[in-house]
Amino acid sequence: MKSRNLKFTEAINEAMILSMKKEKKVICYGLGVDDPKKIFNTTNNLKEMFGSKRVFDVPASENALTGIGIGSSLNGLRPVMVHQRLDFFLYAMDQLINGAAKWSYIFGGISSLPLTIRLVIGRGWGQGPTHSQSLQSLFLHIPGLKIVMPSNSYQAKGLLNAAIFDNNPVLYLEHRWLHNTYSHVPKKFYKLALDQPQILKKGKDITIVSMGYMTNESIIADKILRSHGIQSEIIDMCVMSPLNLTKVFSSVKKTRNLLVLDTSTSICSLSSEILSQTYRKCFGYLKSKPEILALPHVPQPTSFGLTKKFYNDYIDIIKSVKKILKVKKNIKFKENKRIFHDVPDSNFKGPF
Amino acid sequence: MRNINKKNLKKVLYKMLLIRETDLQIAKKYPENEMRCPTHLSIGQECVPSVIGTFTKKKDLCVSSHRSHAHYLGKGGSLKKFISELYGKSTGCSKGRGGSMHLTDPDVGFVGSTAIVSNSIPVGVGLSLSSKILGKKQITIIYLGDASVEEGVFFESINFAVTKKIPVIFVCENNFYSVYSPLSVRQPGNREIYKMVKACNIKSYKTNGNYTNGVISTFLKAKNFVEKKNEPVFLEFETYRWFEHCGPNLDDHLKYRDEKELLYWKKNDPIKILQNYLIKKKWINNNSINNMKSSIINKINIAFKYAKKSPFPKKEDLYKYLYK
Repeated sequence: MKSRNLKFTEAINEAMILSMKKEKKVICYGLGVDDPKKIFNTTNNLKEMFGSKRVFDVPASENALTGIGIGSSLNGLRPVMVHQRLDFFLYAMDQLINGAAKWSYIFGGISSLPLTIRLVIGRGWGQGPTHSQSLQSLFLHIPGLKIVMPSNSYQAKGLLNAAIFDNNPVLYLEHRWLHNTYSHVPKKFYKLALDQPQILKKGKDITIVSMGYMTNESIIADKILRSHGIQSEIIDMCVMSPLNLTKVFSSVKKTRNLLVLDTSTSICSLSSEILSQTYRKCFGYLKSKPEILALPHVPQPTSFGLTKKFYNDYIDIIKSVKKILKVKKNIKFKENKRIFHDVPDSNFKGPF
Repeated sequence: MRNINKKNLKKVLYKMLLIRETDLQIAKKYPENEMRCPTHLSIGQECVPSVIGTFTKKKDLCVSSHRSHAHYLGKGGSLKKFISELYGKSTGCSKGRGGSMHLTDPDVGFVGSTAIVSNSIPVGVGLSLSSKILGKKQITIIYLGDASVEEGVFFESINFAVTKKIPVIFVCENNFYSVYSPLSVRQPGNREIYKMVKACNIKSYKTNGNYTNGVISTFLKAKNFVEKKNEPVFLEFETYRWFEHCGPNLDDHLKYRDEKELLYWKKNDPIKILQNYLIKKKWINNNSINNMKSSIINKINIAFKYAKKSPFPKKEDLYKYLYK
């Protein structure tokens, strides 16, 4: 079969169109879903195809909109709510934590709550402290939510379809720096299971557990390491809640080395949880001290100067792997240098 | 008004007595320490939910807050499942996971009550948005208290409902207190709630919430408007809780409210007002009221026995219902 590569944003758009065609009860709302920029083109053509009853712009009322999503899903709809930044959604913590996450449990499983919440995580171009928070770990602390974080276009489409047709509240975390990446995406409608992470690369020397945009960097690092005979097994936490680390444990039992990458800081985080559980389950198997690569525990600064060494990339991953595996030899590679450190590619010109 | 007739008023009285007697029985049995959850009684506030329950259909939906016993029973929620829920039993309406503050009975359109002030307001708007999009002929009632209008999400919900023309009735039961905090420390004295809300471009009315006839007229005016225009309405009903904010006791020894105020509202007991009216009209007599009461008390006793005998949820089911 010929490979069809789609941009991450095109994959999201395709999932929306296929889901809305498949089921009339799917609606899409959020600030800007039908504005000229169409949420980074992810909501292109939706209003034209499905009408303003099912695709509509809304007031800037994140908390009420979440409750409205809960109510409309309890009464038959499958809403997809969109926020151009995760940070804006923080207004809605009462509805998310006291409401959506608990509805099934506190009412004894009496009704379905099929609500999908798309949250875009920003980075670079001075997004700064309140436009680039990657708060998956905060949400992971709450029982009753499903949380997904696709790292490529294939997952972006399959996980969004799965989220829309799941009968629970699902947080769909999409990293802004993945929006312009490409990968193979089948044309048909398909869903990916919302039950556990995925193994993206098989390898025998070290297990790298990664998430979201960091998975991109780990794949670049793995390519270089492989050419020097070091094979990483990359496990992508594309489904992080419900948290199921079975694949991580079996991988670590095989590779006996572990590196965990986080898109946020590591204090009380998914990465530290992975490390802690792996220690408890695989203690005797570990050959080296596991490591975490995460962000400094400060708000993300805005300044072009201060963000220079703030984020980790494939070079940092290679360094960590070398340290963990006590590799002495020099690993030479041509640095894929970005002209500016604060943009994912030369086409990215912000402003958000 | 043709809806204010013998049949309807007797229905309202029945509901009011059911709510009053059930809550009195809860207050009586609460000190046995078997109902182990925070419980907010509706005694004194029976009229509005009894009227609304009488004049809405099962398919019409309803959400409420922490003080929801009257709303649940008024809408026709199962008595046995309700009492069992208070006892934390597996036969409870929420299978013992919710308690007094999380009641549900989808069979009669009581979608749910939640325990955070204003939390269920946008949920009600969402229920109604869904009715509108899917073309379901139903209205949604959102019960809220006077403190609810102080939360940001209240404004957000009103604004959304007005802007998007959502067929929903906001029912504010103003009982003047948020726990022990009077309205005077929470809202400016010269501003009435329904007038403030009216400024959001929504039809808004205020009525004494203890006089059945007035509540019926106001509610039906609102309901007709919502059904005809597919637009929201806000209603403010003044009423009063007799017991403490949370629990089975009276708390007037704490002197947080004026004795005269309580006496005034007790004199304006919604049940007495309706009974007197019905007797005056010769639509009912003391004998039939007593018969109605004893049949209600009998039902309540059966529900309590059922609840006490029911099993607790199984320990191994702790994780059940986390996901649907």
